[in-house]
Amino acid sequence: MAEDLLRMEGIVKIYSNGVVANNGVDFSVKAGEIHALVGENGAGKTTLMKILFGIEEATSGNLLLNGLRETIKSPIDAIQKGLGMVHQHFMLIESMTVAENIVLGMEPETGLLLNQKKILSDARNIIEKYNFPINPQDRIRDLPTGTRQKVEILKALFRNARILILDEPTSVLTPQETTELFEQLKTLKNLGHTIIFISHKLNEIKEICDRITIMRNAATVGVYEVAKISQQEISSLMVGKDIDLNLNKTPARPGETALRVRDLVVTDINKRRLLESVSFRLRRGEILGIVGVEGNGQRELVESITGLRKPEGGKVELWGKDLTSLSIKGIRRLGLAHIPQDRMSKGAALTSSIKENLISVAYDSPELSRGPLLNLKKIDRWCRDLIRDYQIKASSPEVPVKMLSGGNIQKVVVAREFSGDLGCIIADQPTRGIDVGAASFIHHKLLALRDSGAAILLISADLSEVMELSDSLLVMFGGRLAAYFESLSSVTEEELGLYMLGLKRQSDEEIKRCSA
Amino acid sequence: MADIFHYIFAVDFAYSALRVTTPILFAAIASVVAERSGASNIALEGIMLFAALFGAIGSGLTGSLLWGFLAALGGGLVIALLLAYFGLFLKTDIILAGIALNTLATGGTVFLMFAIIGDKGSTTSLISRSFPRIDIPLIRSIPVLGPIISGQNTLTYLAFITVFLVWALLFKTRLGLRMRAVGENAEAAASVGISIKRTKFTALIISGLLAATGGAFLSMGYMSGFTRNMVSGRGFIALAAAAMGQLSPLPTLLASLVFGFFDALSNILAAMRIPDEFVKIIPYLATVAGLVIFSALQVWRLKGKRAEALKAQGKEEKSGA
Repeated sequence: MAEDLLRMEGIVKIYSNGVVANNGVDFSVKAGEIHALVGENGAGKTTLMKILFGIEEATSGNLLLNGLRETIKSPIDAIQKGLGMVHQHFMLIESMTVAENIVLGMEPETGLLLNQKKILSDARNIIEKYNFPINPQDRIRDLPTGTRQKVEILKALFRNARILILDEPTSVLTPQETTELFEQLKTLKNLGHTIIFISHKLNEIKEICDRITIMRNAATVGVYEVAKISQQEISSLMVGKDIDLNLNKTPARPGETALRVRDLVVTDINKRRLLESVSFRLRRGEILGIVGVEGNGQRELVESITGLRKPEGGKVELWGKDLTSLSIKGIRRLGLAHIPQDRMSKGAALTSSIKENLISVAYDSPELSRGPLLNLKKIDRWCRDLIRDYQIKASSPEVPVKMLSGGNIQKVVVAREFSGDLGCIIADQPTRGIDVGAASFIHHKLLALRDSGAAILLISADLSEVMELSDSLLVMFGGRLAAYFESLSSVTEEELGLYMLGLKRQSDEEIKRCSA
Repeated sequence: MADIFHYIFAVDFAYSALRVTTPILFAAIASVVAERSGASNIALEGIMLFAALFGAIGSGLTGSLLWGFLAALGGGLVIALLLAYFGLFLKTDIILAGIALNTLATGGTVFLMFAIIGDKGSTTSLISRSFPRIDIPLIRSIPVLGPIISGQNTLTYLAFITVFLVWALLFKTRLGLRMRAVGENAEAAASVGISIKRTKFTALIISGLLAATGGAFLSMGYMSGFTRNMVSGRGFIALAAAAMGQLSPLPTLLASLVFGFFDALSNILAAMRIPDEFVKIIPYLATVAGLVIFSALQVWRLKGKRAEALKAQGKEEKSGA
């Protein structure tokens, strides 16, 4: 058996507010393997990786690198000891070039000035060494997500990282980009690099990882050979009970049209067209999925529908009423709910309590208020009901939302949006980065709402989620609709990827079916 | 009225515009350095005031220009250090810290002046030194341009050289690259081992020294000696100039020249029989107007781009139909 390259023993982390994030965690990685780390949000993976990377200090426990006791005091220390981290949110300076980003922090100089030639040749060398298809002189802001991620990996390799930590690397990638990433990860593995792969996507873990460490409730549940454990087993171990990954979805019974988008046009300040005459309709009782690589107009579409942005042209109608001239409140009164993509900045007010977040869209409804005053008693009962119904794990409704785990914050957002009279739901990445249990809960809720007659628009970067939930599907590329699939029975992820990358496009007639 | 144009199109006026641009330019470039690294130096005004006072008193008491200049830099540096300490180490909102330091400087300089030389109005009782003017031999004899460019104060030349130096600092050196990295995405910079605190601190020190040189010019070049509140808003005008220059050295120089022009204009008008109260507001009015025009231009350009995009879209649709 190969010697452990990295070993963390009995790691305990108690935050100053008393939260026990790691409670005796054991974690070890062998040289040259791809090791998956999974667990629900709040299970302690992030904290463990922060300790490993020197961002947080462990309350107690040992860390061994190559069999030697080590302490890692800071990320810089971690980098010097051969660790590299590819964060979920890229740590890149967008206005600078690939080369500048790669050498940043260890820039070569001649005398007082930067050695621009060496910066470029250093970058070229590392790019060629690992055979990444990147031009070192491109500016980051002009690059697609997949390429940016490669720059992040190169940054770590340039700093001689032997152990790479990848935090949910595929959550922003298309299937093709994911395939490409996996090829590169396998190459890195063959070159002797060790990779820690944090993910919620069990199929990907099955595809690429050698071993898996499963965490639950701040502790290690176990370490397994990936080949010898099923996805169902992994998810049960993560959640601690059997969860029904099977949605038991019944066929949709679409009714009247709820939302109609006509020739929507959005442009940015540099006259780039972000949306180009997008038209479709969404009916009651169906889930219409929208897939696409990030930055292909999905955000502008969602913002235009929900009133966060005034489109430059076109119409959005809900029950035949034009939304583009209405206030956000006016739009919501018509029965439109919105689960925003980013729960931390748009979905919830982090420093406010669960209760305040829950009532933020309904506080002035007749049920919760008395004239200008709030009906605190009713609000309290209403919130407790929601917390119970949506299984939000919190000691009281008064807890600030930022104290909750990602999955629980998302449940607060969902509970708020799904309460009230619903006609139409815009669900933008409703389960991004949350654990299997919470995601499955939200999936079941969405299906139940569909069956009770709600019209649901589901935007997601997680293809398997969209394919499982949606009744029909739109693909966006370059601000336009690239394909429409009336049913998903015959569509594969690979095929969708071709449309998402703009390699394929349906004819206008085929696409127009979605607004018929 | 014709008189005004007579004055403006004179060589003297251009000469004087360059002269009054000097302190604004120093401060504006100081703001560029600080802002690029993500630390706003709102305390420019206070730094200049302290520098001007210390320069006048320092050179007056020692009889040395060099010691006076060093005292000016030291005086400005103290304020810059305080700003850095409050903003970076005590994590005060750096804007609030800057405002507080400006307020402190207004009263503080008068207090110190009274404490040291017993005068609340100015340091005229001290004979302080000034930076010399430099006649540039060849350039001097060029018609029109010669008398404008030649014979300016040493610090005026230094100010224009500084524009180039700061450009080189920002775009050609390691420190500059790191400052821009910290200013744009501090977390990313920190993740590769760049100390946010140290980088911002360095930027604030450089910024403070630049602004202090601008302050030194006021009491040791523009005038000989310190008078209370002699910076009179130039630190704030400089912030506007840096913003209009979009934090790039050369455009910032151009914006500073525009404000210098109006400053010079107010000086000329003061010599004519136009009410003082009106003349004095010209530089500030120009700043407000400048910012309004600048923003309006940006909005207008945006709209133009959008309209163009829509038009292009419309055409495409027509040709497609």
